[in-house]
Amino acid sequence: MSTDRAPLWLKLAAAGGLAFMHLPILLIFVYAFTTEDKSYQWPPPGLTLKWFAVTWNRPDVWEALGLSLRVAAISTAIALVLGTLCAAAVSRARFFGREAVSLLVILPIALPGIITGISLRSAFNIMDIPFSFWTIVLGHATFCVVVVYNNAVARFRRTSGSLIEASMDLGANSFQTFQHVILPNIATALLAGGMLAFALSFDEVIVTTFTAGQQQTLPIWMLEELVRPRQRPVTNVVAMVVVLVTFLPILGAYYLTRGTETVAGQGK
Amino acid sequence: MTTAVRFSRVSRHYGPVKAVNDVDIDIAEGEFFAMLGPSGSGKTTCLRLIAGFDQPTSGEIEIFGDSAHGVPPYKRHVNTVFQDYALFPHLNVVDNVAYGLMIAGQPKTERRRAAEEALEMVALPGYGGRRPSELSGGQRQRVALARALVNQPKVLLLDEPLGALDLKLREQMQEELKALQRKLGITFVFVTHDQGEALSMADRVAVFNEGRIVQVGKPHDIYYRPDVPFVADFVGSSNVLPPHLTEELTGTWTHATVRPEAVRLSDTGLPATVRSSSFIGTATRVTMDTEHATIVALLPKGAAVPHSGDKVHVTWDPADLHLMEQGG
Repeated sequence: MSTDRAPLWLKLAAAGGLAFMHLPILLIFVYAFTTEDKSYQWPPPGLTLKWFAVTWNRPDVWEALGLSLRVAAISTAIALVLGTLCAAAVSRARFFGREAVSLLVILPIALPGIITGISLRSAFNIMDIPFSFWTIVLGHATFCVVVVYNNAVARFRRTSGSLIEASMDLGANSFQTFQHVILPNIATALLAGGMLAFALSFDEVIVTTFTAGQQQTLPIWMLEELVRPRQRPVTNVVAMVVVLVTFLPILGAYYLTRGTETVAGQGK
Repeated sequence: MTTAVRFSRVSRHYGPVKAVNDVDIDIAEGEFFAMLGPSGSGKTTCLRLIAGFDQPTSGEIEIFGDSAHGVPPYKRHVNTVFQDYALFPHLNVVDNVAYGLMIAGQPKTERRRAAEEALEMVALPGYGGRRPSELSGGQRQRVALARALVNQPKVLLLDEPLGALDLKLREQMQEELKALQRKLGITFVFVTHDQGEALSMADRVAVFNEGRIVQVGKPHDIYYRPDVPFVADFVGSSNVLPPHLTEELTGTWTHATVRPEAVRLSDTGLPATVRSSSFIGTATRVTMDTEHATIVALLPKGAAVPHSGDKVHVTWDPADLHLMEQGG
């Protein structure tokens, strides 16, 4: 037996769960406006906008933000290329070890970040690779590829294989087929995957602590700030920015992949 | 007459599986050629070899006299109507139809006009702005046909194009396809597992079994003069008489066939026991066991219908008995 309306207790439980997940984030936002700069005092003794100006004038914030954006952008770019190629191979071709490849690609995201981090650090050490911007990018790419791969492989599976043959049959070579048939059919999946990858990279801490040298990405910078408090609300202002920068791509990904179920599936 | 497609001893093996095994075909220009056979008999593989999606393991394929060896699909003057239609879901109908012309570099207004004309030809004028997902199966089939024909191919390949349609639509499309082929004069190569479809539409039929062509001929010959028991059985379930029965009746040791509609019940002839009888609309189908073979008769309306278990005698006009090739 089923009814359209959920019982009251279920609604309350759902509302409570959502509130528990999201209200603490609002707390962070409120502290960005507090006049108290040594400790987090509730309720805030007064409200001010001055921390935004202070944050704006802190070069270390800009440096960390810039690094995070560059790392996220390049990791995402690498992930888009490798993830798409891998998804195409796994879903289109049959070859020895295909199942193993599809499992191994997904593994990094299931593995605790700390293990990925430790192993990468050891590997970089053995290979005598100095820690730099590029070691951070490599570390992030390991899990960014997974996200893109997962999105792309699902779309490839829903895209009829005869579309490619049809395109070839109508005179298009491989490049034209990619441009006119494959790309339009997987574009939204790639965009969604890319945005998720970007967001993941942007707020990554654990792998970064192991693969970064002296540089601080934004999350790492925040962690340091919490340990050595100095103008505490600045961290909160930055946190607000991080939430927005992360949230917008995810929101975009959500809207882009919504309602595309029928786009790529070639029904009979 | 020009040969449109020629297979010379073509084989396509997948490991130990001989999907196509030593096949020779000559398809004439302007011919409506059907490749008929059960699934897995190699007919679709042959179609894919003509289209260029697959390459033969051995043998030579020529399309209008030119070797197709190593020629990719996009360089062949051949277009395909796919079994699942393979319409591009991200393009509307007119852009689907104009795809080949777009790739060929035709300007937008020209290719749109050509696409609209092609849509008119398949009785879908004004559907250009719709998405493939908004069309019925029959309409998609027509769009796929227009998309292939707009490129003016030398050979049109059709892979079970009517398979997904319901019976009434299928019969209508059969007639339309035939009329279209007559009008355009393009060589059609048509793959089907439906013997009725092959016989009613094609100028010639090649019957496939286990990777080989077992008989090529006009529909009438395929139907009335099967070369081997497989053809007799697959094309309209003819009665196949084993060699010793044929020898008893004619003195020749060979398989023979007799069409169910030629079989009559009478007072003399081969003794038989009726196993079952069923009314199938235009006739009554009676299955009988004789000593050496099962015989099916189609009794016309008005004939006395026996009941199962009845002892009867079956006979036929000796001219209706078709002797197959020795050892076939």
